[in-house]
Amino acid sequence: MRGYSVYLLSRLGQFALVVFIGINISFIVTHATPIDPVEQSIAAATQYGSTSPEAIAMMRQSLRELYGLEGSPWEQYLSFWRRVAVGDFGPSLSAFPTPVSVLIWRAIPWTVGLLLVSTVITWILGNLLGGFAGYYRRSSLLRFAGILAMAFHPIPYYIVAFLLLIVFGYLWPVLPISGGYMMNMERAFNLTFIFSLLKHSALPISSLVLVGLGGWFMGMRSLVSNVVNEDYVTYAELGGVKRRRILASYVMRNSLVPQVTGLAMSLGAIFNGAIITEQVFGYPGVGTLLISSVHAGDYSLVLGITTVSILAVSTTVLLIDLLYPLLDPRVRTV
Amino acid sequence: MSRVLRDLFRYNREFAIGIVLLAFVLLISAASFVSPYPPNDSFVVPPDLPPSWPYILGTTSRGQDVFWLLTFAIRNTLLFGFTVALLSRILSLVIGLVAGYAGGLVDRVLMSINDTFIVIPLFPILVLFYFVMRDRMSWALLALAMSCLGWAYDARLIRSVAMSLRTREFTETSIFSGMSMRQILVEEHLPYVLPIVFSTTMNNINWSIGLEVTLSVLGFTDINTPTIGVLIYWANQHTALVAGVWWWILFPVMLVIITFVGLFLLAVSMNEYIDPRSRLSRVGG
Repeated sequence: MRGYSVYLLSRLGQFALVVFIGINISFIVTHATPIDPVEQSIAAATQYGSTSPEAIAMMRQSLRELYGLEGSPWEQYLSFWRRVAVGDFGPSLSAFPTPVSVLIWRAIPWTVGLLLVSTVITWILGNLLGGFAGYYRRSSLLRFAGILAMAFHPIPYYIVAFLLLIVFGYLWPVLPISGGYMMNMERAFNLTFIFSLLKHSALPISSLVLVGLGGWFMGMRSLVSNVVNEDYVTYAELGGVKRRRILASYVMRNSLVPQVTGLAMSLGAIFNGAIITEQVFGYPGVGTLLISSVHAGDYSLVLGITTVSILAVSTTVLLIDLLYPLLDPRVRTV
Repeated sequence: MSRVLRDLFRYNREFAIGIVLLAFVLLISAASFVSPYPPNDSFVVPPDLPPSWPYILGTTSRGQDVFWLLTFAIRNTLLFGFTVALLSRILSLVIGLVAGYAGGLVDRVLMSINDTFIVIPLFPILVLFYFVMRDRMSWALLALAMSCLGWAYDARLIRSVAMSLRTREFTETSIFSGMSMRQILVEEHLPYVLPIVFSTTMNNINWSIGLEVTLSVLGFTDINTPTIGVLIYWANQHTALVAGVWWWILFPVMLVIITFVGLFLLAVSMNEYIDPRSRLSRVGG
């Protein structure tokens, strides 16, 4: 039990560090640049028509307060943290006066759903196929799968999503290419709505799966082909243990441990991919919100989404880390 | 060196394909030096022509020759990837070697920071960076920002090798013969990690080009320097697909995919070559 609490403490420390550095980077990026977001917003707001100097001065004052740019750098830093802690990023400028947090909360379920489903599919499928490919090395079908995985793996999320968009949007239009569910449809818990939901998520999910699959596949294949040569596997084979049992509980079981660590480590990259994929397919999640807020010049929304992404990803990594000892008993007994 | 290359070519199909693909891409980017048009001039050729002689890849709606535009774009894209890889290599080498050699507290602190950079979602941060920089965002600035963010994964790999080097006998000998830590790292350990650095460089170039393409397609970079992403951005701005000008989109996408696959195959084959177990199984079977 002592081993587990030491592990727990170190993971919590790592979590705190990730949040600390991440929030600091956002602070530095927004405060150490020569560009003043307040002046930018004012320029954008007064672009059309004339505004009286008094009105501009008032606007400047209230925007400075809103963005937490009042006071010394140290005070700004503290107020930045306070706002992160309570999750208050002020009202959105493009959807005034809706608070930024409301907009983000509305988008989060879509992103979480997309990420959860696609990551679970990718991880399980990639590891299963990779495990088989490492164990049955002569199978030509699995070799072909390996070549496919290698071809798709290095292509960035954007390009794959874009290719799917072209194929299913122009060449063979059978799947919806934009939105989260059919327009004008009432959001009710019934079969037609769920069907529409699934249909609209088909392309974003498949593009995330296509890109992600190769990494797990190749990782698992090389792990398994190393484990297969271990003495205990040879012993089990000589002892007449069924091949399926060897693969499942001797080989795959031991190879899965590094793949879980890998999942925790690549979560940030998977999240990046989801953001871009959402944007390509106009999926109503955090990614689409982020891109549109940049185009709308909505400073508080961009900053809010960045900080929430950092918090969300690091929390998920912490959760995976906490489940890790269930898989690897060595952590519990150290 | 030449023997290694010949062996790789003979026994490693991935390496051979990767080299051929990359040579093709480099050839195209080299063609930019003999381009008849400067990269940013528009309406130098008739717009919207499909691929045909003398415009072998067609022309854009802005009156540019897709082929010659592509040569500039892939050159800038590759240059971007190399710059980011070079700068971030320095960071990852220093941090990886020092952490692996020093061990103990130094190692733990460095690796905690390292893991942080692996976990943090970089894309929103880069978008935020663009948002505050806006028009001052330049090619060089983006390269610098990405090198500061993209070193972590490889530093971890280098550190794991450096850790095992630390326990080797020749390290002890170097310490007893009075070499400083800097000398040991540069003269003794660096040559051992270079093969890994080479393979991670390929992956890092891929990573940075991928992010650059994504950011530029969204218009979040300097959209006046032609890169592959900027090319697709302008094509999207002119709704090239709807207008039926498919060659404006298809050829940049194809070329960048060739680049990705080529670099990736090189990285994979180098990885296999470094690992003696997989090398043996390949030559033997």
